[in-house]
Amino acid sequence: MSHVPGLIQSIERSSAVLRLLAAGPDRLRVKEVADALGLPKSTAHSILRTLEHVGFVEQDTRTARYRLGRGLLDLGSAGIDANELRGRALNWADALASRSGEEVRLGVLDDGRVLVVHHVFRPDDSAQSLDTGVRLPPHATALGKVLLAYSAAAEASVVAGGLEPYTRRTVTDRRALARTLTETRARGWGLSVEEWRPGLAGIAAPVRTSGGLVVGAVGIAGPVERLTDTRRLARPALVDHVVAAARSISRDVAGS
Amino acid sequence: MSYVLAVDQGTTSTRCILFDRRATVVSAVRTEHPQSYPRPGWVEHDAARIWRDLQRLIRKVLADVDPSEVAAIGIANQRETVVLWDRASGVPVAPAIVWQDTRTDVSTIDPDFVRSRTGLPPATYFSATKIQWLLDNGLRDRAERGDVLFGTMDSWLIWNLTGGLHITDVTNASRTMLMNLSTLDWDDELLQLFGIPRVMLPEIRSSSEVYGTAGAVLPGVPIAAAIGDQQAALFGQTCFEPGEAKCTYGTGGFLLMNTGATPVRSGHGLITTVGYRIGDERPVFALEGSIAIAGSLVQWVRDGLGLIGTASEIETLAGSVADNGGCYIVPAFSGLYAPYWHSEARGVIVGLTSYITKGHLARAVLEATGWQTRDVVDAMNADSGLALTALNVDGGMTADNLLMQIVADFLQVPVVRPMVAETVSLGAAYAAGLAVGYWSDLRDLRANRHSAGRWRPTLDSGRREREYARWRRAIDCAVLFSRED
Ligand SMILES: Nc1ncnc2c1ncn2[C@@H]1O[C@H](COP(=O)(O)OP(=O)(O)O)[C@@H](O)[C@H]1O
Repeated sequence: MSHVPGLIQSIERSSAVLRLLAAGPDRLRVKEVADALGLPKSTAHSILRTLEHVGFVEQDTRTARYRLGRGLLDLGSAGIDANELRGRALNWADALASRSGEEVRLGVLDDGRVLVVHHVFRPDDSAQSLDTGVRLPPHATALGKVLLAYSAAAEASVVAGGLEPYTRRTVTDRRALARTLTETRARGWGLSVEEWRPGLAGIAAPVRTSGGLVVGAVGIAGPVERLTDTRRLARPALVDHVVAAARSISRDVAGS
Repeated sequence: MSYVLAVDQGTTSTRCILFDRRATVVSAVRTEHPQSYPRPGWVEHDAARIWRDLQRLIRKVLADVDPSEVAAIGIANQRETVVLWDRASGVPVAPAIVWQDTRTDVSTIDPDFVRSRTGLPPATYFSATKIQWLLDNGLRDRAERGDVLFGTMDSWLIWNLTGGLHITDVTNASRTMLMNLSTLDWDDELLQLFGIPRVMLPEIRSSSEVYGTAGAVLPGVPIAAAIGDQQAALFGQTCFEPGEAKCTYGTGGFLLMNTGATPVRSGHGLITTVGYRIGDERPVFALEGSIAIAGSLVQWVRDGLGLIGTASEIETLAGSVADNGGCYIVPAFSGLYAPYWHSEARGVIVGLTSYITKGHLARAVLEATGWQTRDVVDAMNADSGLALTALNVDGGMTADNLLMQIVADFLQVPVVRPMVAETVSLGAAYAAGLAVGYWSDLRDLRANRHSAGRWRPTLDSGRREREYARWRRAIDCAVLFSRED
């Protein structure tokens, strides 16, 4: 098999496997894939298993044969259903609310806004209502900054749509937003202090699926004085809780 | 710092969870055990293996905690499953017969007699006929000599933990079909009916008291609670007042309503059961109704129809349409239960037109769980004379926001999800903690309760009742269709 130096061989081989599966109507056995591409059977098997893990191929449980997976049909989507994401985050989000004493939201990017897909109440007995399904402004919230930080395309479209001011602290300048997002990426979590609602702050961290793709953000929101110190910096203990919850959810999502 | 250790010995797995005083999970471990299906309809567990699992789990959950920091152990368990073991050697004399096992027959039993004594409609899943079967298959002589002991999983684990204490709690005993609901003691006439010698039965104790102390695995720690798993969930959800209820939505659904100090006899085929008993206080009773097919209908849509890839996608699919388009699914896969009781009925999908898409079917799937909940709640309200004011929920299906909204709409009461999802374990921990003074009283427990989510009813009542009438007609269709030719 030819291989161009500087290119990654396993990706070339994976692409060949996909083309092979796409070429015929029949489902293929591992051995048939290996024979067709001149690969050792174990290599073909590893490639197929990896492609199955990311959803690009599927194995028929009865015949053990492989075909193209549904993941290829919706390459444009995040690759995880929002309700599935909630199901996987449920226990971790509850634990985050318990530990931090604040309300928790899980958000995904949807049409240039942050769509809240899960909401856990603050564990006190105050009256609260679920805001699952609500859309939040991405440039003014911690959840949104995290989501924008890992999506240049979303950042560009949000900037093009205009950065609406909600308070006098909202970041409305394109370059200032870019700086905030760089900082968010560098430390791995996002912060917003009175940028959306006066008196409110938020801390959020990314939820990643396999390969590091960010599919959502999880975070807490609450009064500025509880979430930040006198210098308006996020309280480290709360950041740790948020980052740990995001990691646990990511492990769950990536392992599927 | 000190903790309470909860054991949840369930049908498919055993868990150990350490809780602190604020009812936060400090650490949790879990292991699955094999299900054995030696013949059609038979389901068995290896009780010795479950005991070995528990010892390993206790060591694991206490990896960073000294046993002296454990204030008490509480046990919640799968109900009705029968373990028989040798008094001298402590070795099980047969595989444990699991509650789902249908090898026995109850068709010759007088339902009115059994119901009046036990509060239970005769069914294979209660313990009595399973014990009888084991005795009839070679163990009768040994049992009559007092050499073989019976227990549900709580008894078996406590016997092992303490090295020979033979007790059960009143909630577990109430599911054997051998306990008299008025005396809360074994009923001699029922024992005679099933041919079960009294010497093999454990002593019936309350759900929350110090029964004894653990031996080698947790030296000196008091064993202070035993309670059936669904009752534990009721207790963990802090449903302490008459009229308060919880529903656990998993493969099936289990709805229990606290009915206070007197047992309510159901006119709708619901089960009358003991909810819990704290020490020598008066027992608290409950009505129980189950939904045979809940999450399993979603599994069928995934595995049987292949319409979705994961269970959660049912919500996405159902959310793609605004209503059911006139389509109803009655999932009577193995008959209709409370309050209909047609064991011969089979499922139907009605209201099909060319307009119906898989989105409408998905919505009808979620609505079927909603309507079945409504049927059970209506029966409970009628039996108890209490009106449900909110439904506390737990279980895997509570991840489904649309389903929770549907339940709130169909019942017209708020649906509340608690912050601690492990309500079974929490109930066992609460009962044990109360017995040793770790928590002082029920008010103290209530203070730990926080809701994680709450769904308010929004559907207008005219539309709700019209839809409900259609659901009832769909039920009629299921019954009509399966009428004998
Ligand atoms: N998002 C969802 N919507 C509807 N049903 C769900 C969802 N997530 C899981 N389920 C169903 O819930 C059940 C699993 O819940 P769980 O509490 O783990 O059940 P059990 O304890 O009975 O095994 C499965 O039957 C699954 O189909």
